[in-house]
Amino acid sequence: MSATGTLNTQKQVADRRARAPHTSMFARMLLRAAVLRRRRAAAALLAMIVAAAVATAMMNLYVDVQAKLRTEFRNYGANVVIVGKDGQSLPADALAKVESATGPGAKMLAVPFSYAVARTKDEQSVVVVGTDFTRARQLNHWWKVSHWPDEPNQALIGMRAANVVSPNRQPFELTFQGRPIELTPAGMLQTGAGEDSRIFLDQSEFQNWTGVSPSTIEVAVNGTAAEVESFMRQLAQILPSADVRPVRQIMEGEANVLNKTRATLYASATLVILTSALCVLATLMGWVFDRRRDFAIMKALGASESLVNGFFAAEAAAMGAVGAILGFFIGIGIAVWIGRANFHAPVVPRFSIFPYVFAGSVAVALISAILPITMLRRIQPAMILRGE
Amino acid sequence: MFPRIVYESFRHQARRKLLAGIAITLGVAVATAMIAVATDIGDKINRELRSYGANLVVTPQEDTLDVEVGGVNLKPPSDGAFLNEADLPKIRGTFWHNNIVGFSPMLPVTVKIGGGAKDVTLVGTYFNKPLHFGKQDFITGVRITHPWWKVSCGDGRLARPGRVEDSPAACWPNDDSQDILVGERLAAKLGKKPGDTLNVTGRQLTIFGILSTGAAEDDEIIAPLAVAQQILGKPGAVRRVYVSALTKPQDAFATQDPNTMTPEVRDRWYCSPYVQSIAYQLQEVIPHSHAEQIRQVAQNEGTVLSRIKGLMLLVTLAALFASALAVSAAMATAIFERRVEVGLMKSLGAGNLAVAAIFFAEALLLALVGGIAGFSAGALLARQIGRSIFNSQISIEPVLFPVILAIAVIVTFAGSAAAIRRAVKFDPVFALRGEG
Repeated sequence: MSATGTLNTQKQVADRRARAPHTSMFARMLLRAAVLRRRRAAAALLAMIVAAAVATAMMNLYVDVQAKLRTEFRNYGANVVIVGKDGQSLPADALAKVESATGPGAKMLAVPFSYAVARTKDEQSVVVVGTDFTRARQLNHWWKVSHWPDEPNQALIGMRAANVVSPNRQPFELTFQGRPIELTPAGMLQTGAGEDSRIFLDQSEFQNWTGVSPSTIEVAVNGTAAEVESFMRQLAQILPSADVRPVRQIMEGEANVLNKTRATLYASATLVILTSALCVLATLMGWVFDRRRDFAIMKALGASESLVNGFFAAEAAAMGAVGAILGFFIGIGIAVWIGRANFHAPVVPRFSIFPYVFAGSVAVALISAILPITMLRRIQPAMILRGE
Repeated sequence: MFPRIVYESFRHQARRKLLAGIAITLGVAVATAMIAVATDIGDKINRELRSYGANLVVTPQEDTLDVEVGGVNLKPPSDGAFLNEADLPKIRGTFWHNNIVGFSPMLPVTVKIGGGAKDVTLVGTYFNKPLHFGKQDFITGVRITHPWWKVSCGDGRLARPGRVEDSPAACWPNDDSQDILVGERLAAKLGKKPGDTLNVTGRQLTIFGILSTGAAEDDEIIAPLAVAQQILGKPGAVRRVYVSALTKPQDAFATQDPNTMTPEVRDRWYCSPYVQSIAYQLQEVIPHSHAEQIRQVAQNEGTVLSRIKGLMLLVTLAALFASALAVSAAMATAIFERRVEVGLMKSLGAGNLAVAAIFFAEALLLALVGGIAGFSAGALLARQIGRSIFNSQISIEPVLFPVILAIAVIVTFAGSAAAIRRAVKFDPVFALRGEG
């Protein structure tokens, strides 16, 4: 019993020894190389990390900046406008339908506008607009308003309209088809465009007075050109009585600037990523080349070509992998910081780019290991060991 | 002896020197290209932002209110004041005339078409009008200030909204002709196509093309300014002028009132291309006018511009950082490989200083050669980027050359310094025995 036990144990030990040394020796060589030359190894790893971090930050920015810039471009206001066909009013539920067209949480803002031509006391025609002030304020950031109306019967008066209806900011009277209304000016509006000649009222007050319902809905949709287009098709379907039109001035200007910025960013990101790959190549090649004595000793001790190649490749791959993982998280941090510093909004970390960064890092590391190895292969180990 | 060591080192280790030189060249090239792009991006994007159209509008000072709803003008046509067309070329005489990309006068007139009773707005403007002011000849009109206006002409095809092919210049009417453009919705309503004639208040005008803008003009007729003036019976009259100008993003200083400034401050304000100061200058050259920024365009371009500039600045910093690192890595590797040489020199009696001097001299040579090659390559790269993305040159300031060269030398030195220090400190005995 015991004899077989011992025999078994001895056999087990022999088996283990037969198998174990190879794997543990390989791992040990990898580990010792890194520990003994930690300065050089640290330098190579650092280059790897920096390169991976820069590449990650660039890729993350490239993807995210377009979304960020689109949000900035929405400050230009509506990019889609819905008007009743042939100057008709829109159906009463049009605004609700527009808002239900996209799911909740979609980046979309719809503002209704209704128009009427009223007369002042001295028979001057003036355009009065009914709208939702809270929404209009969000949509039209560029409106320069001295004070937004917050009480009943207060109106927002365009700069040029003010000189006609209420030069001293006094309350004034308007008539629409014989129906008068008394309004107090809340504040002045300045835009440099048509709005300056108009008077703005709250939609419900406007409707009570004139009976005119909204004829225009201005919509700001945040998204890519394709998303905006599909949203417009959707709107045209649910509002068959209305014309859904793109605001070409805004859409084309945005597309133009965005395309140029994207192209520039793409070119810059490519250059930066190439430079960091070059940095890795230079450092890792030095690191491998520097160890030509290890290489020579291994060969002198009878290591096969494939074992030596495998060793250096494994070392480079391990370095690439560790560098990629550490660099990825640092790069995400850089991208988030840039987003915060430049766009005042955090950049969303894109974990989907991790495989690319990982594969790229390992590939560059392997290339920078294989290049010096092929150069060394032609040299006799003895020459290297003699220090020539 | 010193120059000889350096010379021989380059002669015998050409491959290693080449590797380090290539790293420096590439690093400097990327840095140069990125700096050139980053310094020019503001100007380039500013020009691209002009595709949003005019950012200034000039109106008569004593104008009556516009009564306009949904593109239909309800204001009596001869009501209110007008600007004088003869004053317009003076826009080119303002201080910032080089920043004025273009301008378009507008004269809306309400007309009856087809002998019927239907009121339609006809707007007179410049399409592509050659003008001259003093010795300057220039071309201006809606083709410059309203780049999103698309005209489809001929072959019976009507432009579909959103999918209009870029029209060649031939589709735009001549400014001296009696040819008109008809908005696409109006054309569809009337069943007219290019080549037809349209009866506009008794005049037979030829439809040259169908205009698509996605705005009120789709229901209007656009005609040469002279035609609108003849219909209105007021030669030389212009209702308003849209001006497209390159401006500097506004800051607190820009919004100050020039009338309350001291003369020096006022000069500084006047000589900055803020949208406010350009408006002020337009008012000066066009009599009885009021110039105002179109806030939707003018207010937003500053933000977009500063975001893109900020982004490119950060990306450029990343590029500079990466190329500095690449250069130092290459230098460190190149020096580390030469410990044996250091050992030999030291055992022959060379001091640390002498050895370091040799390495620094080599680094300086490499940095200068790599810097010059890299600068030229970077300039080419920047030019290529400018041409392929912005269709215009990105020119490199000659001032940049010594700066780039200095940066290249500093980075190369910094990258070499640590490696040189270690190589010098290394015990010659170990180095010569090949250990380390």
